[in-house]
Amino acid sequence: MRNAAKPLLEVNNLQMHFPVRGGFFRRKIGEVKAVDGVTLSINKGETLGLVGESGCGKSTTGRSILRLLQPTAGQVLLEGEDITSVKGKKLWDIRKDMQMVFQDPYASLNPMQMVGNIVGEPIRNYYPKKKSEEIKQEVADLLKRVGLPEEAYYKYAHEFSGGQRQRIGIARALALKPKLIIADEPVSALDVSVQSQVLNLLNELQDEFQLTYLFIAHDLSVVKHMSNRIGVMYLGQIVEIADKGSIYENPLHPYTQALISAVPDASKVGEKRDRIVLEGDVPSPENPPTGCPFHTRCPKAIDKCSTIKPPLKEVKPGQQVACVLYDESLLKS
Amino acid sequence: MREVSNSQAILEVKNLESAFMIEGEEYNAVDGVSFQVQPGKVVGVVGESGCGKSVMSLSIMGLLPKGIGKVAGGEIIFDGKHLEQLPDQKMNKIRGKEISMIFQEPMTSLNPVFTIGYQLEEVLHNHFKISKEEATKKIIQLLDAVGISRPNKIIKDYPHQLSGGMRQRVMIAMAIACQPKLLIADEPTTALDVTVQAQILELLQDIQRKNDMSIIFITHDLGVVAESCHEVIVMYAGRIVEKASVERLFKGPKHPYTKLLMGAIPRLDETVDELETIEGIVPTLTKMPSVGCRFANRCPQAMKECVEVTPQLKEEESNHEVACLLYEASRPEEEVSR
Repeated sequence: MRNAAKPLLEVNNLQMHFPVRGGFFRRKIGEVKAVDGVTLSINKGETLGLVGESGCGKSTTGRSILRLLQPTAGQVLLEGEDITSVKGKKLWDIRKDMQMVFQDPYASLNPMQMVGNIVGEPIRNYYPKKKSEEIKQEVADLLKRVGLPEEAYYKYAHEFSGGQRQRIGIARALALKPKLIIADEPVSALDVSVQSQVLNLLNELQDEFQLTYLFIAHDLSVVKHMSNRIGVMYLGQIVEIADKGSIYENPLHPYTQALISAVPDASKVGEKRDRIVLEGDVPSPENPPTGCPFHTRCPKAIDKCSTIKPPLKEVKPGQQVACVLYDESLLKS
Repeated sequence: MREVSNSQAILEVKNLESAFMIEGEEYNAVDGVSFQVQPGKVVGVVGESGCGKSVMSLSIMGLLPKGIGKVAGGEIIFDGKHLEQLPDQKMNKIRGKEISMIFQEPMTSLNPVFTIGYQLEEVLHNHFKISKEEATKKIIQLLDAVGISRPNKIIKDYPHQLSGGMRQRVMIAMAIACQPKLLIADEPTTALDVTVQAQILELLQDIQRKNDMSIIFITHDLGVVAESCHEVIVMYAGRIVEKASVERLFKGPKHPYTKLLMGAIPRLDETVDELETIEGIVPTLTKMPSVGCRFANRCPQAMKECVEVTPQLKEEESNHEVACLLYEASRPEEEVSR
């Protein structure tokens, strides 16, 4: 899987800064640096997981890649082609290859439309000449594939449970046979038993349709289950990116270490754990700390951390970390 | 674990039934639930949404919506008092003072138009005769105890000025203001990030040990249960399907529902190709089967008898009870006829 020649998606130094307006004439008085220099790549057929706490910019990263938001700087390459500033017809064509599965299965489906129409709409949009019979058959096949009953076609979204609605959202994302699916917290609104059904479905579909996933979630165990590689985000930046085994067994960045030790673990009943409990909250992205964004909460912070902003650097094969402690040239400087 | 006689339990719930009126008919959202909470123990309640966890805790607090929901049967004995028979006035004296509660959403459970200080003061004034200066001093102590830095400033802030973790700390301060004997925590960390969740769990454990308080910890996160509870109750569709000490439950779950629930969660320490799934969903209140095991239609191990006989909670090993026919080798006749 990994040795495919070219990555499907490459993101270079992506930035998404939102202006903060206020005062007289609603002048720009500041910036929220939601995504501040994210670099990543995903190979064909691979799943890259993005984890981090709320407000760290995972969703904004996903939306900027899809061009649902216009990134303020940086580059997004899909199959080697720069799509950061394509417009009009070109963008319309490219969107066919990238689809999204949303977090809230209640808000992301139109309550006024039949499920058959919701799933068929992308096909009708992109292939207006297709016969309606043909589209209907395609939609029926899709619904069947995601495990919905045949009669679902003529029902409305409110008649389904949360898990079934998420299946409808997945069927819609599959309708145009995309190459990349960005799944933004697809299971966080679901109960555990239903969550596992949807996760299994996503895995099956990936094998069947050779899909590439960018899987965004805050639940570290879910991300680990789904991904080949994992990127850990903090305040708009990736602080560590590695294959899932290394992230779990040998996390290097102090934030990753704290994050993993904070996950309650059902296998550790009655054992006393040395948990790293972080102090305080995530700082506001409107006024991020200087230097390393994590230094205000980092248990291993040194003086340099407040002045030097460490870049992402390969520390071990396949494991990149943005931390002064692993960067000898920065430590000496 | 130590055997403690019934009289010492801080809370004893016997055969509790909580009913809701739906289109003129009564349906039991909690159906025959019995358990005890010993002093200084943390009891976890797990299950999917819609299985009656929250309704059970609202029943204990006497907070079921009037006219729609009510305690239809059974007994709730707290510290020797029958709560289900107490008039509202007397219940008000207990609620917040001897039993208090923390809710899932710390934003909606704080009043947005009053300052943090005012809301904490209200709790103290309701239950104690206390001067304003004394109250302020006590509030600052409380906020300090729940790990809020600069409490002098925070008491003048409004809820929206605080982060989610801070609000939950304020809620905890409010809940422990009167040093209750029992705290009901309904999904207290679900809305929080993992690193903040770790802080709050640690704080709750600290306070529990310091005040020797009992906690009923309602959650759907089995990892949280494993780390913070002594005993666990697994609920499904308004009934208890399994009850055990936390060690026993996690080392050897017995009920098929508990087993599936545990297999359905991805774990950090092991890699599986496919997660366990439970087909279907919890039946809705109006479609609950009246006879038989309520999990039967989703259970991979269901037998013919499962829809005919209602399994009773029985002790399988010491400190481990399960309600499943698979474990009832010799079924007494009268149960079969039920």
